[in-house]
Amino acid sequence: MSLTEASAEAEHIPEQAEAVRGKGPWQLAWERLTRDRAAMVSLGVIAVIVLLALLAPVFAAITGHGPQEAFPATGLTPEGLPVGPGSGFWLGADSLGRDLFVRILYGARISLLVGLLSTLLATLFGVVVGMVAGFYGGWVDGVLARVLDVVLSFPYLLVAIVLVAVLGASVPLMILVIAFFSFAAMARVVRGQTITYKEREFIEAARSMGASKPRTMFVDVVPNLIAPVTVLATLLIPTSIVFEATLSFLGLGVDPRTPSWGAILSDSVDYYRVAPGLLIFPAVMLLLTTLAFNLLGDGIRDALDPRGEGGR
Amino acid sequence: MSRFLLRRVLFGVLVLWLVATTVFLLFFAGPADTVARRLAGPRAPIEVINQIRNTLGLDRPLWDQYLSFLGKLLHGDLGVSFISQTPVTTLIAQSLPGTLWLVFGAAVLWMTAGITGGVLSATKPRGLRDRVTTVLVLAGISLPTFVLGMLMIYLALSVFPWSGLQPGPYVSPLWDFAGFLQVMIMPWICLAVVQAAVYVRLTRGSMLDTLGEDYIRTARAKGAPERRVTYRHGLRAALTPVVTQFGVDIGTLLGGVVVTESVFGLQGLGQLMIRSVRNGDLPVIIGAAILASAFIVIANILVDVAYSFLDPRVRLA
Repeated sequence: MSLTEASAEAEHIPEQAEAVRGKGPWQLAWERLTRDRAAMVSLGVIAVIVLLALLAPVFAAITGHGPQEAFPATGLTPEGLPVGPGSGFWLGADSLGRDLFVRILYGARISLLVGLLSTLLATLFGVVVGMVAGFYGGWVDGVLARVLDVVLSFPYLLVAIVLVAVLGASVPLMILVIAFFSFAAMARVVRGQTITYKEREFIEAARSMGASKPRTMFVDVVPNLIAPVTVLATLLIPTSIVFEATLSFLGLGVDPRTPSWGAILSDSVDYYRVAPGLLIFPAVMLLLTTLAFNLLGDGIRDALDPRGEGGR
Repeated sequence: MSRFLLRRVLFGVLVLWLVATTVFLLFFAGPADTVARRLAGPRAPIEVINQIRNTLGLDRPLWDQYLSFLGKLLHGDLGVSFISQTPVTTLIAQSLPGTLWLVFGAAVLWMTAGITGGVLSATKPRGLRDRVTTVLVLAGISLPTFVLGMLMIYLALSVFPWSGLQPGPYVSPLWDFAGFLQVMIMPWICLAVVQAAVYVRLTRGSMLDTLGEDYIRTARAKGAPERRVTYRHGLRAALTPVVTQFGVDIGTLLGGVVVTESVFGLQGLGQLMIRSVRNGDLPVIIGAAILASAFIVIANILVDVAYSFLDPRVRLA
């Protein structure tokens, strides 16, 4: 074989290799996910809700109703009851004559903001704490595991109520409180995973090549955590959304004037017998959102772990 | 075993002390002043505010208040409500029966439904039964408790008014059994639906794990009937994590089923807590929080002990 032939051969190889290259695990997982009809529908529902939340000011402009503006003249009947769905108020008005549709859209912003940000915070803290505990072991693990035990054994709803009572209701506080109580669950899972990886050969290899502990953790352990963390994070989002709605419903969440789904539902308590829409519409939105995130989370889990029994 | 118990109890006491101290500091270091001002009314002169602070002992140094708080706590004295001047223990004793009935009544329902559902879907995984249960479980997990409660009240009052079910404060079954059922049935179902979803998932996963073990194959090979394999061999071993979760849940819920109680106006511990938070009634909040933590700590210890009875492989050391 001459040199030119060899180089031609060499040039040819990549193409051949390209042709038989296997699909990466992420590509496979994504393909499995796109075949999961429930997960795809959920993704669509989430996209629509996000879009509606982003477009809330546009709808406020179209209807001419701000989220906190009351329109007693047009929104209430002469008897003082909220008007039903119609051309002026697409989903009807609430007991103060505010536009229910516009308020639900602004509520979506609060729910998504709290759900996503608190999950993000919880994930960051949970991964770091869980990984440090699992990787370093010894007394570090002993202390951190105990702290997680204590956090997990707190009656979280009661503590959240107490904290809100002391510090006053606000969106940032709500995000911090929810993140604080979800981070322990994340940390526990990450800790367990890290412990199983710690003894594996590739970690030993990294260590024998002189990699520092933090480097080993972030470069070698983290990629293996992506799958379980993604699944848990997706499932934490609906939990956080429900948590926020529940606190707001109890009147301890965000500022009561802020249109949050929980607060809207709480406002409806005395009126939904005459105006069932006040209960049904926000309830359906809340249920759709949490259901979509839960289904998506299940779908992602099945896609990442095809051997596992779905729904465990 | 006794060394294990001793260590768990000591750890439990430590947790309780931490909770008590945290709650105390949160309240008395910060907003106690605000509370005195609120109790006095918006335009009260400074003398009235000072007098209230003095009556409530809020003007003493913090460490002094803390020590007397701890001392009273050790004697089971949780102080006196700022608002009604009733001892906190009395208020708690009045609210406890509603919560107890709610939790234990609902527990019967959710354990029955949860374990049945879990076994049904685990014995035929991916079958029709399994799929139906999975959908129901997802719906149960996604449905916030208070939304379910509100929908139930709406249905009971507007669609099925003849059912006689209504939201309202707890009635003792010894005084008025029909009235007791009228107010309790909806909260029982509401709490049970939300809890059952979790238990179906848990039982199903645990059953699938257990049914895959070697000794199950052995039992089948020996010709044991499938029913016996499922229940005698499988379910019994699969129940360990379910019992753990049950203990933890009972402990948490006894501290106050805040949401269910509030939706149905049951006047239990959870609602007492919410009301005191709204009124700024610090001693009641603190008392309820400590009691709630105590339930959780005790439940956790009981679970660990039960573990060793259920699964002989677990040795307490």
